Amino acid sequence: MADFTLPANSRYNEVPGREFPAAAGAGRIKKFKIYRFDPDSGQKPRVDRYEVDTDRCGPMVLDALIKIKSELDPTLTFRRSCREGICGSCAMNIDGKNTLACTKSITEVKGDVNIFPLPHMPVVKDLVPDLTNFYAQYAAVQPWLQTRTPAPPDSERLQSKEDQEKIDRPSACILCACCSTSCPSYWWNPERYLGPAALMAAYRWIIDSRDEATGERLDFIEDSFRLYRCHTIMNCVEACPKDLAPGKAIAEIKKLLVSRTV
Amino acid sequence: MKSKSPLGTVLGLGGHSGTHHWWMQKVTSIALAFLGPWFVVRLLTLPNYHYDTLHAALARPTNAVLTALFLITVAHHSAAGISVVIEDYVPSKAKKLAALLVTQFLHWVLAAYAVLSVLKVALGSAS
Repeated sequence: MADFTLPANSRYNEVPGREFPAAAGAGRIKKFKIYRFDPDSGQKPRVDRYEVDTDRCGPMVLDALIKIKSELDPTLTFRRSCREGICGSCAMNIDGKNTLACTKSITEVKGDVNIFPLPHMPVVKDLVPDLTNFYAQYAAVQPWLQTRTPAPPDSERLQSKEDQEKIDRPSACILCACCSTSCPSYWWNPERYLGPAALMAAYRWIIDSRDEATGERLDFIEDSFRLYRCHTIMNCVEACPKDLAPGKAIAEIKKLLVSRTV
Repeated sequence: MKSKSPLGTVLGLGGHSGTHHWWMQKVTSIALAFLGPWFVVRLLTLPNYHYDTLHAALARPTNAVLTALFLITVAHHSAAGISVVIEDYVPSKAKKLAALLVTQFLHWVLAAYAVLSVLKVALGSAS
């Protein structure tokens, strides 16, 4: 539920940040303003400013972060792995919008590049949010095939091309959490509202023609908080770096629930 | 330290309700999309706003029924919508419960008075 007084260590502008100027003779310079917080240090968060020579840097924001960590400040902490938009590790708030650092081009950002962790999540360190609750919500929707009919003895469980196409897009979710952490309703009710990512994962199994737990899945989701905290704000659709429209999946779940009763 | 696991916490929160509330919000919205403009147009097309004119207009069965329906639908839609706002934005559990109860009470008391007034006019016991 909404709490408009910020918890301890939420204000980042009370402590001056550090400056990391570019080396002499640098080419085109871009300034990165990056949120820094280490809960173990006992200090308040701050925003450090790094000047990056973009002529000697890859094109994406993640390239700049790696360059900063390698050359300017090894204490900067962030998650990254695949650097091609498929693992979801480097999700963060760049230029005011949740997205993946590895697929966000530096030149897309006008002016200085502001980088913060995903909003409204506990911070483990710097740009690393604690996604424990987010993953628990994903696990809660039981994102695996559930059947009672035994599988055919000599083949896989088959489905038509049309049925496969229905789950194509929701299956492409990489669980980066950009959608859920962009949703004000998820900010106000992070534990009771499942959030767009977990709901789209649930939808992916609800509409899977091979799954036989559709009723139980709908029963689990049917709740004024788990599902109906979605007020169609649609930040999730805006934020999704894979263009998967989680809001549409949620609307489809609501339609399925109504069609069970009327 | 929280003793319940993160998954246990998520699984423990929730009950099976919400679809009816959501569906009724949609149904009342659609009803109001018709009843609201009807009510406004009906008022605007009256020859004047004297007591007798309004009284006579409201006493007609169609006007009385539609006005009563309009008032009940407004009360239902408003109570449902404001409840959601309270659930979202009031952090304290006690205050939230109190606000929800007061909201429901006020909406339905006002709706009951309003409908009773329409009935009194329509059935001729008010002058």
